[in-house]
Amino acid sequence: MQPTDTKDPQYYHKVVDCQWACPAHTNVPEYIRLIAEGRYTDSYMLNRKSNVFPGILGRTCDRPCEPACRRVRVEDEPVAICRLKRVAADLRDEVKHLLPKAPPVTNGKKVALIGAGPASLTVANDLVPLGYEVTIFEALPKAGGLMRTNIPSFRLPVRVLEEEIDYILDMGVDIRYGHRIDSMKELLDDGGFDAVFVGTGAPKGKELNIPGRAEGAANIHIGIEWLEAIHFEHIDEVGERVLVIGVGNTAMDCCRSAKRLGGKDIKVMARKTRPFFKASPWELEDAEEEQVEILVNHSPQRFVIEDGRLTGMTFDIVEWTENEKGRLVSTKLDEVFIPADDVVLAIGQDNAFPWIERDIGIEFGEWDMPVVDRATFMTTRPGVFVGGDAAWGPENIIWAVEHGHQAAISIHNHCQGLPVTERPPYGMTLVSTKMGIHEWRYSNDYNPANRTPMRYEDLEKRLADIKVEAELGYDIPQTAREVERCLNCDIQTDFTAKLCIECDACVDVCPVQCLTMTENGTETELRDRLMAPADNLEQAIYVSEDLPQTKRVMVKDEDVCVHCGLCAERCPTAAWDMMQFDLINPHAGQDTWSTVAATA
Amino acid sequence: MSYITKPVARHKGTRINALGLTMRDYEGSMSTLCAGCGHDSVTAALIQSFFELDVEPHRVAKLSGIGCSSKTPTYFIREAHGFNSVHGRMPSIAAGANAANKDLLYVGISGDGDSLSIGLGQFCHAIRRNVNMLYVLENNGVYGLTKGQFSASADVGTKSKQGEVNQQGPIDPVNLALTLGATFVARSFSGDKAQLVPILKAGFAHRGFAFVDVISPCVTFNDHVGSTKSYAHTRTHMHEVVETDFVPIRSEIRTAYAEGSARAVKMHDGSTLHLRKVAEDYDPTNRVAVIEYLGGVVARGEVPTGLLYLAEAGADMHEFSQTVDRPLVDLPYETLCPGSGALAELQKEWW
Repeated sequence: MQPTDTKDPQYYHKVVDCQWACPAHTNVPEYIRLIAEGRYTDSYMLNRKSNVFPGILGRTCDRPCEPACRRVRVEDEPVAICRLKRVAADLRDEVKHLLPKAPPVTNGKKVALIGAGPASLTVANDLVPLGYEVTIFEALPKAGGLMRTNIPSFRLPVRVLEEEIDYILDMGVDIRYGHRIDSMKELLDDGGFDAVFVGTGAPKGKELNIPGRAEGAANIHIGIEWLEAIHFEHIDEVGERVLVIGVGNTAMDCCRSAKRLGGKDIKVMARKTRPFFKASPWELEDAEEEQVEILVNHSPQRFVIEDGRLTGMTFDIVEWTENEKGRLVSTKLDEVFIPADDVVLAIGQDNAFPWIERDIGIEFGEWDMPVVDRATFMTTRPGVFVGGDAAWGPENIIWAVEHGHQAAISIHNHCQGLPVTERPPYGMTLVSTKMGIHEWRYSNDYNPANRTPMRYEDLEKRLADIKVEAELGYDIPQTAREVERCLNCDIQTDFTAKLCIECDACVDVCPVQCLTMTENGTETELRDRLMAPADNLEQAIYVSEDLPQTKRVMVKDEDVCVHCGLCAERCPTAAWDMMQFDLINPHAGQDTWSTVAATA
Repeated sequence: MSYITKPVARHKGTRINALGLTMRDYEGSMSTLCAGCGHDSVTAALIQSFFELDVEPHRVAKLSGIGCSSKTPTYFIREAHGFNSVHGRMPSIAAGANAANKDLLYVGISGDGDSLSIGLGQFCHAIRRNVNMLYVLENNGVYGLTKGQFSASADVGTKSKQGEVNQQGPIDPVNLALTLGATFVARSFSGDKAQLVPILKAGFAHRGFAFVDVISPCVTFNDHVGSTKSYAHTRTHMHEVVETDFVPIRSEIRTAYAEGSARAVKMHDGSTLHLRKVAEDYDPTNRVAVIEYLGGVVARGEVPTGLLYLAEAGADMHEFSQTVDRPLVDLPYETLCPGSGALAELQKEWW
């Protein structure tokens, strides 16, 4: 194999599994270390740089980082990354003076953002400090998009939501509430904007067109509309028996909301079995803890109406088997009637663009969705961009944020006359953490503690009021324990082949046997020849340049390295060093300097 | 030394031996030797050997004297028996322990100071008695614990870290062991586990005194240009005379050897050694020829390595003493010490 190019920022970036998995590439290990030091404000600001809404995401993120966490590969449970983020947000001091501000003079470029959800707000966050005049058009009377209307306040208190939205709006955004854009053509022709960003989300809940739908309409609700109505207090009660159709995260929010609006007997109806559920495991657990019943293998057939009123639904009880093509097919076993006073449909969301004319240069493709470039977020009409759920359908908040960052880069380029395809490169800094012979600038002592469980508000109290937050967050002792579980994957084992005397000390001391000195070969040969075979192909193996004495190579399996630094501690020549890696993930208007490894 | 505990985390694909143990179960405390010390690699090679031989930790007795080398037993098998003796006196303790309980696996770890200076006499007599043990001499040519003075194994012409040139001739432990009649004589290098581990395993399988001289560089005082015991010098001057493959008892012999290229030796415990002759006409069972051959290699300034001499049929200390089969420690007190009546009866013969 060729020697690994560790000067490429993406090599070390991939070693930081959580950061790599995060769509916005949040520097997780560093923000956890800042929390460990009690520097909550600094941790919050570091978070905000990438994910813009640490308080909101610390409660609601879908956590792509956690299944990726290295800890899963040496024991079972990942570090509670998301919950630690909330700690930083909850315990931070005033940050207003630290936030980016609009310059005193604008740059004369005007940008329109349609919809005030996380994608648009991120675009505003990135562009206002650069001098852009940003106008947001929002159909509802308040900003936040689905973060506001779809996430119930027992999961995300309004105070937390509004505080982080206001940080952006207060930079000097012109927001027009209650202003629905009905014609894109009009906006483009008469608005006088240099660029337009569409961040309208996926606002249309999917229908379930089975018999009885029209007759029972008064008691059949579309999940996301129902949640919105609850948020704006248009709805404050529900029948005693509620059926929620669907098992995504919206269904979980619906069933838990129903429980708080007076519902006694809440059933979530699933067509398939648990492994196929779309909801995050922790949301399923939370719902079940609140005594919501989840029924599997129930396929809805019709709404039953008696005397013009919904009395329940009939379902086929089915069984799933794989056919010869490997597709799952259902067989009906039985039919069942389940009584209900209300039914909530939470079976997915669609995009809808009736307000974008089809003759203004914005091409539409499959599923009647605008054609959007995956890297630049631009439509086929220069100057018109789409991001968030509006681009490719429902995703999570953290994806919308990253779309916003990328779209902001494109809008900036577009307005400055640069090609939108000219993306600023990733960079990195790499600095030794060595403080003394056996002293490092990070806590390298492995803590075998298990994941810290969350504390919850008393069940009775939280069900009594929909505004009472269910999760209490970690207290200080819990936080202190959980931060030490982080393996510091950003503290990289950096190897300098020419310094190595091949004494074997690093190979001998490595607790997880991830180092080997061996003759070079193909990747398959090397993976097989290591002290412990490197059979996780998703993780790279590092190969050094030829070692000076024997011309062998140093090979490291990145898979289970716990970044304890013992290789560097036992290295007599400092050929191994523990270097802190900091990814420079450029945002709009930020220049990155060329990749330089700063060796201390 | 490191202040952190070695992480308990382990690779999910870690190998497990016949006893259900992992390599890490054969570890001891964290090493307090200098980072990069050859002795730590010897420790790792011993751990690997114990692991691969499925040795039960409580069946091992580890003994040492004084010196950097003699700290080694602390760093492997924390459940084993251990004795850290007076400087250079480990062979006596080992002989005594072995006399009492011949069923344990004895590992003595010594250094060039411990074995070739203060304990030279002890070392020689352990060879003469053919005490059944593995005797590892971690040889770095300097007194590391007292700041790097030349030891008795320093070669003529080697330079100290300060530039001083050694003029006194070395004691070559391999040569010494051969002339004293040792039944298992090997030399290896801490930086070459592929060679060292099979030799250590063969040493455990050998009945009698298995002597392994390991060039184990002192990274702090003797790893510079001009030293003949540095990592770089040893690597460039190693002359592998014999390659050893160790096939433990119950294992299938998988490697095929061309006719005449390898000599299979059945060890006392049933395992098999394959000695592949790297040098032509080298006979590792002919003591006189071995001494002569090695003399030539050394004269060229090279370091002969490998399992250099093996006499598997030699009698060990217990055979010389005609002890009973059962370890003495297991005999009932009355049998072991039949009392003054029995002594008086015995003495009658000479009256």
